[in-house]
Amino acid sequence: MSASLENIKTFDPFADALDSEAQTVNYVHIRIQQRNGRKTLTTVQGLPAEYDLKRILKVLKKDFGCNGHIAKDEEMGEVIQLQGDQRVKVSEFLVSALQIQKKTIKIHGF
Amino acid sequence: MSDVEEKKVVTELFGDLNKKKKKKSKKESTGEEDEEKASTPVEGEDFEFKKKKKKKSKSSAADAFDEQLEAAGINEVAEEGSAEEKSDNASDNTDLTYSDLLSRFFGILRENNPELAGDRGTKYKIPPPVVTRDGSKKSLFANVKEISERMKRPSEHVIQYLFAELGTSGSIDGASRLIIKGRFQPKQIENVLRSYIMEYVACPTCKSANTLLQKENRLYFLVCQACGSTRTVSSIKTGFQAHVGRRKKVAA
Repeated sequence: MSASLENIKTFDPFADALDSEAQTVNYVHIRIQQRNGRKTLTTVQGLPAEYDLKRILKVLKKDFGCNGHIAKDEEMGEVIQLQGDQRVKVSEFLVSALQIQKKTIKIHGF
Repeated sequence: MSDVEEKKVVTELFGDLNKKKKKKSKKESTGEEDEEKASTPVEGEDFEFKKKKKKKSKSSAADAFDEQLEAAGINEVAEEGSAEEKSDNASDNTDLTYSDLLSRFFGILRENNPELAGDRGTKYKIPPPVVTRDGSKKSLFANVKEISERMKRPSEHVIQYLFAELGTSGSIDGASRLIIKGRFQPKQIENVLRSYIMEYVACPTCKSANTLLQKENRLYFLVCQACGSTRTVSSIKTGFQAHVGRRKKVAA
């Protein structure tokens, strides 16, 4: 019985719950879309408004060696579009350069 | 005098017996462990849902509790054995570290009733997705229905999630197979199904896959049949869709 009590101590049931509440506010979604052939398109949606998307895009384009642009959407706001599958690289960049928490980044697609 | 001698002999005999017993059991347990180690990495063709393989020692609180409750019988047997050993030579017992004892316990537990051994995640298996090409631009996902039935989810929900994640569209043909626009490999579909299970099948509290998806007031709730918890799950959102292919002429 003492072992189970120990377990209860180490597990905080509310840690998880609080996280999920904070997360629902603003996720950064990184998606992939198939184009013709084996070409793909990466979209980054939901970046916080305090960042200058134009400058981010400029750096991303140079770092990944790909083209891209900012698409404006009525519902989703401004979305960064990049050519090719840049999902992992983008998420790494967002974590390291922009101090976005990894929890708030959602990578979609296969 | 002779009585005492006899006693001594008897105790020695018993001691020998006990020692033999102990040695035997130890050998057995180690052998079994080895077998298990060998068998665990080689799993079947079915891919199974697991977050990351948890080691034996890191079983969750609920699991540990269950084990303690239900393995009480085995525990008693094990304790008897250990008590005999203690009377034999107490100096040996000091060498046994906690991890040794723990692995020994799990060895015995696995041997006697493997379903209590804590890796419930490994038990959840779904058939591998059968994805073939349908022409040059479409993929055919043949066993959607089977998979969604196995997960106890409506196939529409699974399909909706697939489309949202893959950023495509598609349709269902006469034999309830799914036609997806775009080229997809079975591995890619498998990854999406894995994330579907993580989000809409596995209980966020106890990681059990024995759950139901219920809809109340436009909200989806995940009701766990194992631990009784109810959690909301986010509805499927498609998100931003970029224009792919030829631009449509904007109607004036």
